[in-house]
Amino acid sequence: MSSFDKLDIKNKKEQKKLNVDFAELKSGGFIKQNKKDLFTVRLRVPGGRMPIERLNKIIKIAQKYGKANFVHFTTRQSLEIISININDFNKLKSELKKIGQQTASCGPRVRVATGCGGCEYNARGIIDAQKLALQSDRKFFGIPTIHGKFKISFAGCHSDCTRAKGADIGFIGEIEPGWSERKCIGCGLCAKACLEGAIISDKKTGKPVYDASKCIFCGDCIKICPTSAMHEKKVGCGLYVGGKWGRHPRIADLITHLFPAKDIIPVIKKTIDWYIKNGKKRERIGNTIDRLGIKKYKNEINYKRSY
Amino acid sequence: MEKQIKIAKKLDLTGVICPTNFVKTKLALEDLKKGQILEIILDDGEPIRNVPRSIKEDGHKIIKVENIKNKFKILIKK
Repeated sequence: MSSFDKLDIKNKKEQKKLNVDFAELKSGGFIKQNKKDLFTVRLRVPGGRMPIERLNKIIKIAQKYGKANFVHFTTRQSLEIISININDFNKLKSELKKIGQQTASCGPRVRVATGCGGCEYNARGIIDAQKLALQSDRKFFGIPTIHGKFKISFAGCHSDCTRAKGADIGFIGEIEPGWSERKCIGCGLCAKACLEGAIISDKKTGKPVYDASKCIFCGDCIKICPTSAMHEKKVGCGLYVGGKWGRHPRIADLITHLFPAKDIIPVIKKTIDWYIKNGKKRERIGNTIDRLGIKKYKNEINYKRSY
Repeated sequence: MEKQIKIAKKLDLTGVICPTNFVKTKLALEDLKKGQILEIILDDGEPIRNVPRSIKEDGHKIIKVENIKNKFKILIKK
């Protein structure tokens, strides 16, 4: 018998003794640790934004119940209180509830939505990743998918710091550039800023020659233009589906550029529904897409090329 | 026309990396009066991609960009 099997039997005995279901606990953000009776409590922090006042209160709760002298920041922006004794569960939960702090979801459910700083204060942000993460989290958090976890991420720009391309569904802020010849001084900075080769500076006039087929709509040309000759024509999102990390990473498929922000909530809903209907046990939506084909997904969510 | 532009200060930022080049530009602009012109020389690559954008975000105006052998001469109006 391996040590893992022993641990499993031990877990089952503990479950019986304490009359708790570990899977059920996990759904509420309580994760069993490697020592008896100790759990990690993962907090729901959509977009990684934590009001300072609430953080102060969480510190006090963590000091009171956490047996570790640290907290852990997860890769997906949640905050975990470490080594909570199983007997303190109810007290901890009610204290968290009092300060308006919920616990996160684990297991085959929609996880907490992540987002970068977005356009609110970040100089590079194109979309309001914070607001969108909060909105979608309010709408979809904790929904059981039956098959596997489902992660939603928002990135303000193509730097993709929140790894939208590694999420089950991800959105990246995009701008389609427009050009006003009257304002252009032919400085060539837009061509310098473009890393995709979508803008080439005309040899004679210095003015931009734009190739939309190469453009990824990052907006760098607009941000650098000294005269605002390059300007915002349309704002939207790159829509990515099927990304995952883990033992077999998969980069998400680009469904479309410049997806309209107003359709974000409907497309997430359609995608989760599609996954519940078509997925197999323990498979992520990326694997479902590999198995059934991206065409089927696009057709069934009523995908339209939006530019 | 070009000769009429009066340059108040010149700054050669060749070999100066980001963000030091931008900080130096910022400090030089602080010494100028509103409407005066600063000339900077920037390397190709990261500097030319970043410094003009940051200058714009700070509310200054780039009035001319000239490409001279892998370097860029930029005129900034405070």
